[in-house]
Amino acid sequence: MTAVSQANAQLQQANAANLDAHSSEFLVFSLGDEEYAVDILKVQEIRGYENVTRIANAPDFIKGVTNLRGVIVPIVDLRIKFHLANIEYGGQTVVIVVNVGDRVVGIVVDGVSDVMTLTPDQIKPAPEFGVTMSSDYLSGLGSLEDRMLVLVDIDKLLTSEEMALVDKTTH
Amino acid sequence: MDITDFYDTFFEEAEELLGDMERLLLELDVDEPDAEELNAIFRAAHSIKGGAGTFGFLVLQETTHILENLLDHTRRGELALRRDIVDTFLEAKDMLHDQLNAYRNGEEPDQEAFERICKTLKQMALDELGGDPGAKSPEAKPAAAPEPVKESETTVSADGDNDSESDQEQEMTLRVALLNVAEKDRGLLVEELAQLGSVIEQQGDDKRYEVTLKTGVSGEDIEAVMCFIIDTEQLEISAAEPVNTASKETSAAKAEPEPTTAAPAETKSDAPSKPEAPAPAKAAKPPASSQDKKSQSGKAKGSGESSLRVPVDKVDQIINLVGELIITQSMLDQTASEIDGMTHSALHNGLNLLQRNARDLQESVMSIRMMPMDYVFSRFPRLVRDLADKLNKDVELVTEGKSTELDKSLIERIIDPLTHLVRNSLDHGIESPDEREAKGKPRGGKLTLSAQHQGGNILIEVIDDGAGLNRAKLLAKAESNGLAVSDSMSDDEVWQLIFAPGFSTAEQVSDVSGRGVGMDVVKRNIQAMGGHVEILSREGQGTTTRIVLPLTLAILDGMSIKVGKEVFILPLGTVLESLQPSRDELYTMAGSDQLLKVRDEYLPVIALHQVLDIEDARTELTECIVVIVQGEGRRYALMVDDLIGQQQVVVKNLETNYRKVPGISAATILGDGSVALILDIADLHRLSRRKTGQPTHKPTKPTQEVLTS
Repeated sequence: MTAVSQANAQLQQANAANLDAHSSEFLVFSLGDEEYAVDILKVQEIRGYENVTRIANAPDFIKGVTNLRGVIVPIVDLRIKFHLANIEYGGQTVVIVVNVGDRVVGIVVDGVSDVMTLTPDQIKPAPEFGVTMSSDYLSGLGSLEDRMLVLVDIDKLLTSEEMALVDKTTH
Repeated sequence: MDITDFYDTFFEEAEELLGDMERLLLELDVDEPDAEELNAIFRAAHSIKGGAGTFGFLVLQETTHILENLLDHTRRGELALRRDIVDTFLEAKDMLHDQLNAYRNGEEPDQEAFERICKTLKQMALDELGGDPGAKSPEAKPAAAPEPVKESETTVSADGDNDSESDQEQEMTLRVALLNVAEKDRGLLVEELAQLGSVIEQQGDDKRYEVTLKTGVSGEDIEAVMCFIIDTEQLEISAAEPVNTASKETSAAKAEPEPTTAAPAETKSDAPSKPEAPAPAKAAKPPASSQDKKSQSGKAKGSGESSLRVPVDKVDQIINLVGELIITQSMLDQTASEIDGMTHSALHNGLNLLQRNARDLQESVMSIRMMPMDYVFSRFPRLVRDLADKLNKDVELVTEGKSTELDKSLIERIIDPLTHLVRNSLDHGIESPDEREAKGKPRGGKLTLSAQHQGGNILIEVIDDGAGLNRAKLLAKAESNGLAVSDSMSDDEVWQLIFAPGFSTAEQVSDVSGRGVGMDVVKRNIQAMGGHVEILSREGQGTTTRIVLPLTLAILDGMSIKVGKEVFILPLGTVLESLQPSRDELYTMAGSDQLLKVRDEYLPVIALHQVLDIEDARTELTECIVVIVQGEGRRYALMVDDLIGQQQVVVKNLETNYRKVPGISAATILGDGSVALILDIADLHRLSRRKTGQPTHKPTKPTQEVLTS
């Protein structure tokens, strides 16, 4: 649980910090050995993985739904979605709760490391490869000395048809 | 503190009182009115008048004052009730409501409407009480006679009773003094008096104008008539000659039960009357008025406290916080269960208490948002009565499922569409009594409003036994409106036509309905709430309009069941019974379909663990418990591991952040903070049929396929 409270503290700091108009801040999280990042403004909070009610006949990466202070929130495990090998649920497993449009969705990741500020020249265009992950869902690659952050366009990813989170017929 | 701070309280309270008044008026048996009810109506009017006076809402005060006086005569039996009188009272009540709303919005009420209603009421007072020239002597008697029954005025009335005996034979001469009455009103008043008796003499000025009147009407009745035009304070009635009966009569007149104003009027008017006369009146009056006042202020206070306006988001916040509290509480509970119970019994007791309190708190908080459908239905008796009168139809209104609870936000939004539907049913649906008779139906039509939980939805139905929809007429009308139609359309499709904008089949546009702006608005409103409207109609037999609303935020009585390690909620309304099946009641059909024979009925078995891919569940039917459930008119046998119990749950929409899940209508949050899914029986069966089409192997992993409904 300390990982979560630490991360939340960081999140608060980042939100409190004055945002430079040109650079943007990202929350960095890990999936296996890879580092990903999402726009911090999309992140509502970070919490532990617990009490998830399975939903029958849903894709396997949709772990189910959980109660977030009275709101029913679906939980997506990005590790399964990205076909990572070791999928464990433990004390370090965290859920990043993001706001996508008017929806709230929780994504399961292996861990949250830090909050980074990236200037526009540190963001490189996403390469057009993507077998498991279409580059449509990437907003670019963050290059930071020896680290590479995959910048995820969380809006596009979570509302995509293949995530099956949104009923296209009704919306 | 500014007096305007109390405005809201007054508005709220007056609103409630007006509601009470309307309800009582509608319930009133015109031929044999209940004295208690009449008193209650009077008190309501009186309380509003008092409040309006305090806050300086003059128009409201004036209108209520007139109404109150009439009501007073009614409750004393001096004014015999008739249906049209009740109608006038209802109209006056509506007017009061409009005035109240005007004040609430910081406006002055419509002066014209005010004058009109005052005139109507005054006219009624004249017609019914004193205006009738025949009232001279015979009517005075019945007017005075019921007096003794009235509350605590027995002292006066007992006296008056004897006197009024002699009244009949001898007319008396009364001196009526008008104080501070302008000349033009004076003329009117004298004219009024002339109708009650013969005016012998009149003289005086604006300040004091005396009319000597020879009449058989009691002073009280004169006052009653006059006070519609001027205040009681402006009137002094006394015997012109010291006739033995007259003085007593005067005292009776002074005892006019006008609790707020009577007292000062009395003390003034004693000059020409006999010294002993005012004494009994005074003695009797103060207790009477104070008692009256006490009971009224008590009532007013009570109703003021019975409701509280709170913004909805505050309530929502409380609901969420309580949810959090429950979770924290169960977390504590779990931790405490690992602690030795013997050495920490106080802690355990405390936690048990906390648990109970938290649950109670949750229950009460949840109930804040919920309101019974009665809130909506209760406004229809009036509407139906008025409309039926207007349309010359005879309609009986029946309401069912009044206690079905619905979220407040939905309740408020359902009123308008429902009103439209009721109007439509009355205007176009139910035929006139003659037409009905010709068709061999009872003359009186029946309109049913019902509400119930069903299949994860709330159904609100407006059912009439009228003419039903006319297929041919609808098609013709649609064609002339340029809509694409064909004769091969199903009935359902044809009925849906009436929801097209600007569509009306009424041959005549009445002021009730028929302009064709109704049904499409109804449909849009319902859809905005996430529901839909269905129409069932059979020509000649009637129409049922069914509003299906989603359960969002509604409270549901549920039965929690367990399959494997997972908990699900079954809407209690769908559960018929549960039983432990035996092998010989089980039959198979087409190899894999299982049927369970329950009391000569073969029910399809839905194996929940199979349909919902649940691991570690019991798979042998004879080891399971079977719950017989009903969905969309069909029955099924649901295979579950365990029944946990009944509980009320708050329904949470899954689609807010996720999507529609096959077999599931919604979700809820259990006491431990975890989410449980609410099963949709009919949908579950469809899902089951789709699944049994596949070979019945036990799935090793949750399937990847996404089933869309």
